[in-house]
Amino acid sequence: MSEGNQYDAIVVGGGHNGLTAGAYLAKDGLRTLILEQRHLVGGAAITEELRPGFQFTTFSYGLSLLRPEVIQELELVKFGFMPLEMPTTFCPMENGDYLLMGPDHDANLREIARHSPRDADATERYDHDISRVMQYVKPLFDRMPPNLFSGDPEDKAEITWLLQHLGSGDKKVVHDTVRLLTGSIADFLDDYFESDVIKGHLASSGIIGTKVGPMSQGSGLVYLLLAVGEHDGNIGSWSFHKGGNGGVTQVIGRAAEAYGAEIRLNSRVNHVLVDNGRATGVVLDDGTEFHAPVVISALDPRHTFLELVDSRELPNDLVEAVERYRFQGTASKVNFALDAAPRFPALGDRTDQYRGFINIGPSIEYLERAFDQGKYGWYSDRPYLDCCIQSFLDPDMAPPGKHVMSCFTMYTPYELKGSDWETERENLGDAAQRTLASFFPGFDDLVLQREVVTPLDIERITGLSEGNIYGGEYLAPQTWIFRPAPGYTDYRTPIEGYYQGGSGTHPGGCVSGGPGRFVSQQVLKDRRT
Amino acid sequence: MVLTTPFHPRLSELNETGLYGHWAGYLSALRYQYSAKNEYFGIRNAAAVFDASPLYKYWIRGRDAQKFLEGLMSRDVRTCKPGRAQYTIWCDDNGHVLEDGVLFRHAPDEFLLTAARPNLGFLQDQVRRLNVEVIDASDDFGVLALQGPRSREILTPLVPEVAELSFFGMTPAKIAGHSVTISRTGFTGDLGYEVMVPAESAIPVLDAILESGAPHHLRPFGEEALGMARIEAGLPLIDVDFSSSRFAYNDDQRFSAWELGFGWTLRGIDDDSRVFTGRRALLRERDENTSRWSTVGISIAQTDYRALHEEHGVVPYMDEIPVDWHTMLYENSDWVRAGYATSLMYSPLMQRHIGLARVRPHLAEPGTIVHVEQTINHEYFTVPATVVPLPFFNPERKVSMA
Repeated sequence: MSEGNQYDAIVVGGGHNGLTAGAYLAKDGLRTLILEQRHLVGGAAITEELRPGFQFTTFSYGLSLLRPEVIQELELVKFGFMPLEMPTTFCPMENGDYLLMGPDHDANLREIARHSPRDADATERYDHDISRVMQYVKPLFDRMPPNLFSGDPEDKAEITWLLQHLGSGDKKVVHDTVRLLTGSIADFLDDYFESDVIKGHLASSGIIGTKVGPMSQGSGLVYLLLAVGEHDGNIGSWSFHKGGNGGVTQVIGRAAEAYGAEIRLNSRVNHVLVDNGRATGVVLDDGTEFHAPVVISALDPRHTFLELVDSRELPNDLVEAVERYRFQGTASKVNFALDAAPRFPALGDRTDQYRGFINIGPSIEYLERAFDQGKYGWYSDRPYLDCCIQSFLDPDMAPPGKHVMSCFTMYTPYELKGSDWETERENLGDAAQRTLASFFPGFDDLVLQREVVTPLDIERITGLSEGNIYGGEYLAPQTWIFRPAPGYTDYRTPIEGYYQGGSGTHPGGCVSGGPGRFVSQQVLKDRRT
Repeated sequence: MVLTTPFHPRLSELNETGLYGHWAGYLSALRYQYSAKNEYFGIRNAAAVFDASPLYKYWIRGRDAQKFLEGLMSRDVRTCKPGRAQYTIWCDDNGHVLEDGVLFRHAPDEFLLTAARPNLGFLQDQVRRLNVEVIDASDDFGVLALQGPRSREILTPLVPEVAELSFFGMTPAKIAGHSVTISRTGFTGDLGYEVMVPAESAIPVLDAILESGAPHHLRPFGEEALGMARIEAGLPLIDVDFSSSRFAYNDDQRFSAWELGFGWTLRGIDDDSRVFTGRRALLRERDENTSRWSTVGISIAQTDYRALHEEHGVVPYMDEIPVDWHTMLYENSDWVRAGYATSLMYSPLMQRHIGLARVRPHLAEPGTIVHVEQTINHEYFTVPATVVPLPFFNPERKVSMA
């Protein structure tokens, strides 16, 4: 064994969490190796030039949940971090009208009043109530979840803090929180609003990436996850990183390398070396071995516990929990290169409505009907689409006058009943395109190129099991103190020196960097003791 | 896109500055000429008009309209007879102030409420099982405030009934053939009227008033002059002097009706025949003497103010535009906190700095000295001020009948 293959820590997976963990460890002085299976870092946060001059955000497409601590502690600004504001949300309606929300509070109230005057002041109350719920739950999001079952003094101290924090909540805030944690976003919204388009706009955040409809219990929790995000301190708002989310991971990768981490591409880890209950290194597919007393898996729990190691090394309750852990990816991407901006008839030649998200989900009923098909193993023929014409936000994304449009598409279950994604891929693309053309007449004529990314493609390309964008469903039984399994939430594993820090751990999915940060903290703490 | 009021086509022609703010989604002139002080003296010495159209407006109609408002509003609406208007506030269950507004009682079962913030959903939710309809009329009317000592002389030739209007009285009328409602109300603490006019009639009605006012130096005034006049009048402004308890994050950001100086609206609170939201908490606060604040006026000692600045080589500034932050007040020179001024300005009429302030109750007695924080040459100093009753300026003409 050569000296060159010996490291202090090895990170399996160069997605944003792996890069984050590697950057933190390297910054602390550890000789760190990050291994990425593909020819580029980023995992599901990549940008690819599929057509000369046209940059596609193949998978993840917006930035909101990246923890401010990660940005500050890794000094990402020094490495090119640049989140561009997405000031608007545009919601076309089926009758040709629209809801256009922007950065001005009073103007938004007037725009809402156009649809329902009573929903205008309801919006103020709703926003305030949500921000108070955020104030209450965010500390949980930003702390390592305690192990309720360990009896360890540190866990006990954390549980004491937790009970104290939960007990300090205002009556209404506690109740609102529980309603969101356990109920549907549709029920919650009905208490405030009457306008379909406002409810559709808000309810969309309750279904993103998850196999729930807005009327399902569980959609409230997904809403909470997405509302925890922020942009420059504005809760629930989103930004677009220069160059797409591939731009973010390039920045974190540069930071990791600047702090001394080594990133090795085209290096798929076959398995983790375990000797007598202790991780000692990894082996690549080509047989190359790297050795380190610390190995972090930044992959999802299925890979971490069932594929990278022999499950006989692990306790049965963990293996069973991970076998049971739901992935069931249900989201796809349909990305377009466009010859010109789409035209929305009611706004004539205006394009200022494209400075943020375009939400094709004009009512709760629209979303729920889309879910109906997904529930029974088929894709929605009129899907929910969360779109963004990113070339309006960043001129580097497309040649002048041309555009790239990213469309997050639901529902598209990983397992199709009676068919498969190889057969249905372009049919899904047609359904998305048809839907867009029904809101933007003449859309078909603008399409220069189309990329359809199904859950199967997400799994094959990024490794995310069943194409679940969160590294595992964001459902109550597999979040926070249960993510990925009860009693295994401290980023360690039963194998000494083997750690987990992918999106399948708390705080979970989206580009948060939270798991990567927490796992690096745990590794550094264990090295000191 | 930002909206424009029904008067905008004409008033924008009179705006020499092109300076506008945004108010409730509408363009709202900050000032029409380069001197806001000149507009202010228009209010105090002649007459001036202000476009208050962005106010939210709600019809409250139905058999139970009075009963509805009795339970919601802190002030007793039963004392507001048809043909009268009433300034009012409404509170939450803890007696913390939500918002304020003016009720215009058009008929026994018909009120119009104006408010600075949108309230349709809130009001409709409060209806519960009563026979009441709340209808949004925000965009249906223009509101023109004609304020100042000459305002009666300007309006009377157009509407003779105006001569008979008492303070907070109102009357239907016609101006230039268009139906309007005129009330003797305003936000300047001076003699003045407000004309509520259907949006489509706004321009001819405005033109008639401007024409009648020309010999009296009638001019439009903007938000800045209004902000000066209302401080002298001791009128607190939502989102400046206080904000709705509904949008507070903690009780430090909430204030009871007593604490905000709205105690006068609670006349009759001991009358058990009227149950209203927040009553029990307000009674408890009064009986147990648990108010945390008193709202008072403060008047800065000008000689000390001048001396302090001159001592540090600075020309004392006398800016009539209110500062847009809260200024800390201290009990003594040991920096023991006394409270804070929520609005502070140099009053050109009073020739001194005045402010609306919240102080600890034991400091509320008129004549008490508090110390106002001043930053000079990037260092903190204090200057003494006297606690005075509100309003600062209260001319007899405001309420007199001639």
